[in-house]
Amino acid sequence: MEQFSVELVDWSRAQFALTAIYHWFFVPLTLGLSFIVAFMHSIYYKTGDEKWKNMTKFWMKLFGINFAIGVATGIILEFEFGTNWSNYSWIVGDIFGAPLAIEGIVAFFLESTFIAVMFFGWGRVSKKFHMMSSWLVAFGSNLSALWILVANAWMQNPVGTKFNMDTARNEMISFFDVALSSTAIFKFTHTISQAYVIGSLFVIAVSAWYLLKKRHLLFAKQSILIASVFGLVSAVCVAFTGDSSAYDVAQKQPMKLAAMEGLYDGEQNADLYAFGFLNNRKDNSNFKGIRIPSMLSIMAYRDPNAFVAGVNDILNGNEAQGILPTETRMEKGRIAIQALADYTLAKKAGDKELAQQKYIEFEENYAHFGYGFFQDKEEVVPHVKLTFYSFHIMVGFGLFFIALFAWLLYASMKNKLEKHKWVLRLSVWSLLFGYIASELGWLVAEIGRQPWTIQDILPVGAATSHLSVGNVQTTFFLFLALFTVLLIAEIKIMVFQIRKGPEKGGSHV
Amino acid sequence: MLQGYWWIIVSLLAAILVFLMFVQGGQTLLKQLTKTDKERSILINSIGRKWDLTFTTLVTFGGAFFASFPLFYSTSFGGAYWVWMLILFSFIIQAVSYEYRTKANNFLGTKTYDVFLLINGILGTILVGAAVGTFFTGSEFSVDRMNITIASDPVISRWETATHGLEAALNITNLALGLAVFFLARVLAMLYFINNIDNENIVRRSVKIVRLCSGMFLVFFLLFAGLLLTKEGFAVDAASGKVFMEPFKYFHNLIEMPVVLVLFLLGLVGVLYGIFLGAFKTSGKGIWFAGAGTILTVFALLMLAGFNNTAFYPSTYDLQSSLTIYNASSSKYTLTAMSWVSLLVPFVIAYIWYTWKSMSKKKVSESDLENDTMAY
Ligand code: HDD
Ligand code: HEM
Ligand code: HEM
Repeated sequence: MEQFSVELVDWSRAQFALTAIYHWFFVPLTLGLSFIVAFMHSIYYKTGDEKWKNMTKFWMKLFGINFAIGVATGIILEFEFGTNWSNYSWIVGDIFGAPLAIEGIVAFFLESTFIAVMFFGWGRVSKKFHMMSSWLVAFGSNLSALWILVANAWMQNPVGTKFNMDTARNEMISFFDVALSSTAIFKFTHTISQAYVIGSLFVIAVSAWYLLKKRHLLFAKQSILIASVFGLVSAVCVAFTGDSSAYDVAQKQPMKLAAMEGLYDGEQNADLYAFGFLNNRKDNSNFKGIRIPSMLSIMAYRDPNAFVAGVNDILNGNEAQGILPTETRMEKGRIAIQALADYTLAKKAGDKELAQQKYIEFEENYAHFGYGFFQDKEEVVPHVKLTFYSFHIMVGFGLFFIALFAWLLYASMKNKLEKHKWVLRLSVWSLLFGYIASELGWLVAEIGRQPWTIQDILPVGAATSHLSVGNVQTTFFLFLALFTVLLIAEIKIMVFQIRKGPEKGGSHV
Repeated sequence: MLQGYWWIIVSLLAAILVFLMFVQGGQTLLKQLTKTDKERSILINSIGRKWDLTFTTLVTFGGAFFASFPLFYSTSFGGAYWVWMLILFSFIIQAVSYEYRTKANNFLGTKTYDVFLLINGILGTILVGAAVGTFFTGSEFSVDRMNITIASDPVISRWETATHGLEAALNITNLALGLAVFFLARVLAMLYFINNIDNENIVRRSVKIVRLCSGMFLVFFLLFAGLLLTKEGFAVDAASGKVFMEPFKYFHNLIEMPVVLVLFLLGLVGVLYGIFLGAFKTSGKGIWFAGAGTILTVFALLMLAGFNNTAFYPSTYDLQSSLTIYNASSSKYTLTAMSWVSLLVPFVIAYIWYTWKSMSKKKVSESDLENDTMAY
């Protein structure tokens, strides 16, 4: 009927990447700003001061504008697992569906119920219930982040599961292994703390702009004070959890680590490439710039003498380090796939003995199952340069944000923010840097793990739906057009509201 | 056992979703029920406080279906691609419209956002109805788990028509259900307005139009019900698991499961009584009866599709590829884990109920919106 092709895989990936990247324009701000709003709301509740009420309403309004489009772009991601990754949905749905459902039941309802109270509850419900609602929205949105990140973490580190030959899919054997894997924990903590960084940068950028324009001075200064405290704490957490994430990647996804670092030939006392450029060579002469001796070994294994595997070790094997060549793994993968086919036939024919034999053969080779789908060993290497630069730029911004928040906090306390115009200008720009770092983070995580949807189990090529390329191309361009229009609308509304300022809690129109 | 429990949960979510689609129904009534900008604003704010709930129910319905019957998720969404994509597009444009329609500098203009709401109101309801119709009429797809062992083309479920789901709209049974859902959503919306809005004009127009729409709803619903109860159905042989066609299958299911019959009739009576209260007594209570009735009726219909040895997602291309609640479900472990989670559902319903109550104490009216800086 329809052609199954590499092109289909690429368009499906492009569509998922496109929709995920758009969704991620809005998510971090929802996560971060919700807490800042709840915090201001609490101050209003405590003091009863109209000034805080206006401040709360102003940020709440901006939150709402962002939230609506976050929801609009989110629904498509959930259903895309079915529409575009249908094979994926069967083969790992037994594990993957659960966090998605839990997210809906425990988190999304919390968010959507109390957001109505938060927005429309002024004068309708008691002040206490109203203030609690703001907290519940913040709590709910962060809870939803938890479950979706558990789901994503499981794709990077598929624990708590076993392949069932009779149903031809992976089945969950331990919910807690899935929910509490190290990858899930680091992913969650890193992602939410970076969202708080973006929430803080947003408040700071708007306020710094007011200061530059000499408007709403008191409002702006108070906002910056709150946001720089919140931001500084969060940015430090981002650095620590990011370091833990890298450590975790080294254990679970060595190829991703090699790509992040541009490391081709594995070595002991591996250097960290701090600042510099990659050329096209496929060995360790590929880097020009500043190196930190042994730092990569420390980062990846907490030991300066540890061996860190490079792209070439994983591709060609490294006996001394016990790394199998990719071609060997492909062979074993094919054996596993064939064993599955034979097992099924034997079962049908009622040949128990043969089935048992094939079962054992399958189990022995299952660790390489996904490799059996490849034609060429080069397929297992992700885009090294993209992963490398994304990672390094993200980390660079991470260190910069810590410095920025610390300085803003210091200047706020000394009340000399306005004296340093260029820092205020830089603060406005930093919001953009925050978004760049955040999107690049996902590129590291997702491009770095290519070609796997599920590490070592299911490559992207075996995960798609049975569609013709034309269908996916059409929806891709529809999404591109629609999301771009909506993004423009959002930004225009947002900018207008910011220009109008916080007087009277933002006006109706 | 567990599979049955999860079929009940998923059906319940679907039933609640159809009830909450009064939001979509309301979106199609903007032109007919309002004449001035003020009235429009009242109407939008009345349903605007509920749209997120409907949306979230749709999302959770999807998630729960994924977790409990992943083979359905894989087969239907990946196969009937265009139906689901159109439904999704219509919900994407809805989600921003409330928040953006009257905001200054909104790029597209209020009219465009109102058209977005209208599109969602029409497509969302009709397509969801038609998609549920295929639970009884079947689709052309095949499922073969062993495809996974063909490394060059390992996709397990395949749709066998190039229109990818759009063909469902050509089937009269599906279409009748789609239109029934559409008119029901409009009826529910008007009953809700009578309850929730303090504005003579809107209420007066609602009372008038609700009569007409109720008639249309009944025509399409009875057509659907008639076709359903007289058609052949997709039965499963309990011992061998083989699927075969059985005349009057859904009628038999109704008779053989008396509880479902009772729920179905109770639901119908509820809907009719609710309409009567709204349309002839101008009573705000109509929405509660019609809403509860809707939930019971849809729930009963889905019981007919999934229980009593019936294939809930039948294939007309290859009968044996049809999905049943047994062959499409998650593993026992996952269903058990999810069952623990489902114990939270009553708690969720309780807080939704509580906040709904405390937010609706005051009806939506002109004076109410005037000094609300947060209004849509
Ligand atoms: C770390 C956080 C995070 C991540 C990685 C994702 N999302 Fe998201 N999502 C949220 C955090 C979030 C949120 C903060 O809770 C949102 C964003 C804006 C909003 O309004 O709620 C949301 C909204 C949102 C909605 C609408 C919910 C509603 O009705 O209220 C859906 C269906 C999804 N998301 C689904 C997904 C899927 C399937 C993802 C992965 C492929 C995904 N999200 C990535
Ligand atoms: C919202 C933040 C996210 C962003 C920005 C993001 C980014 C990306 C990108 C750029 C790709 C394409 C990679 C490529 O094709 O080379 C991708 C693929 C994918 N991601 Fe993510 N991702 C995000 C979250 C998630 C989450 C939370 C999940 C799981 C729940 C997920 C699952 C997938 C899947 C299934 C694919 C397609 C298969 C693949 O290409 O690997 N992503 N994502
Ligand atoms: C301060 C130094 C930082 C370090 C050492 C660091 C480290 C990492 C690592 C190793 C990953 C990959 C994890 C994986 O693939 O599983 C990652 C992912 C990510 N990073 Fe960072 N990061 C830093 C700063 C930042 C900043 C400043 C932001 C955004 C403001 C950010 C946002 C992200 C996001 C969104 C992801 C994807 C989610 C995830 O995989 O956890 N990071 N980071």
